[in-house]
Amino acid sequence: MLFILSYGSAIAQDDLLKMLDNESTGPLYATATFKSTRVINGQSVETIAKKHLDFRISHRFGALNSGFSNLWGLDESRIRIGLEYGLTDRLMIGAGRSSYQKTYDYFAKYKLLRQSNRWFEPVSIAVFAGAYTNTMPTSPDMKFYNNLERQMYVGQVLIARKFNDRVSIQLSPTFLHRNKTESQIDENDVFGTGIGGRFKLSKRTSFNAEYFYTVKKIGTAYVRDPQYKDCLSLGFDIETGGHVFQLHLSNSRGMIENQFIGATTGSWGKGDIFYGFNISRVFSFDRDAKKTHK
Amino acid sequence: MKFPLIFFFSLVMGNVLAQDILIARNAQISFFSETPLENISGLNKNVTAILNTKSNDIAVKMQVVQFEFPNKLMQEHFNENYLESDKYPAASFTGKIQEKVDFGKEGTQTITAKGILNMHGVAKERTLTGKLTITKTGANLVCDFTVPLTDHKIEVPKLVFEKIAEVIAVKTNFSFVPYEQKK
Repeated sequence: MLFILSYGSAIAQDDLLKMLDNESTGPLYATATFKSTRVINGQSVETIAKKHLDFRISHRFGALNSGFSNLWGLDESRIRIGLEYGLTDRLMIGAGRSSYQKTYDYFAKYKLLRQSNRWFEPVSIAVFAGAYTNTMPTSPDMKFYNNLERQMYVGQVLIARKFNDRVSIQLSPTFLHRNKTESQIDENDVFGTGIGGRFKLSKRTSFNAEYFYTVKKIGTAYVRDPQYKDCLSLGFDIETGGHVFQLHLSNSRGMIENQFIGATTGSWGKGDIFYGFNISRVFSFDRDAKKTHK
Repeated sequence: MKFPLIFFFSLVMGNVLAQDILIARNAQISFFSETPLENISGLNKNVTAILNTKSNDIAVKMQVVQFEFPNKLMQEHFNENYLESDKYPAASFTGKIQEKVDFGKEGTQTITAKGILNMHGVAKERTLTGKLTITKTGANLVCDFTVPLTDHKIEVPKLVFEKIAEVIAVKTNFSFVPYEQKK
């Protein structure tokens, strides 16, 4: 006892801290598994917070191997403009318009599970559902007999884990259905999975990679047109406070699921790849909450 | 070999001190920073604090990730870029109340606590002033202070759009009750 009492008060204070360690703090949720709602092309497990609006502009330039006369692709670009909004902290909706194939997209994403320090929440899981409308004029290459044929649908389950402050990995099992395909020998349904991740290089930059595999053959039957490749994208996220810039190279020119999962034709081997960037700006509209902390 | 010793040690201490200990669970700490563009505020409602009425020792601990911001983007930046809550998950203060306090007598008095404020992995010696109110059921402590970001090596890069004040105003509020082990 004397031995204990002879210790200084610093030790006594540390003991108080130890007592506090035994107090439960409630679940500690992982923050920012990814910097943005997209890994690169594909959806990440992140959603926009309640009453926050994400204004996204995405560009993909022309093919890198298109030569000097096209300034290696910089002469032309495809663009998607999107508005995405958080209805709750778990549910977001969004809509966008891509100039590539004049396609409108609308989607909802719901966060089912948030990764925390509790054993039963080792990963974050989100479900994603999207629909796409191709509004290109009907042409001999792609004849539309009615508007239903212009519709495409995607469902995804996004499973991600933030392993530490640097590394996050995500799996994205995907089902894609096209009411009408561009190629006759391409089946309407596509099954596949994405695998992606990020490695943080500094507090505000990360290196991201993403690969979408699609099933080419079911049993002995080929279900995909061999001209379509799996989409591989590599890029960087740079965050500057209000904005997230995503710069990347991808063999897909399309920026929405039906395009980069279902209809990627570029080949990395031939340099048939596209330089692109996304800019994301998030605005908070939560005026009520602003007052509470003063 | 060290662990069982410490464990035993803390067990003994715990028993000895139990009746002299006050605890505040779900105490609140908030901070506010006025900037030209947008005000930044955060609130943590899960702070725990413990007070030894015999030795006047006090300890406060919070999980950085539990600060809630009205602007979720700021919350993300707070955790990812400024406080680096994956690397330094907890912040704490340990100190000693310098004045004599009669915990048996109801009333309010101004106290100063001298000790170590630890956040973002940097420990800094601080003397904080607060108001302690002894009540029938325990004690209430209110303490406002400021934290200069440079004290704790919290970097504000020049290239960000958010303007962040160099000194952050912090408000705390603790309601202490007699300590009881939670089952």
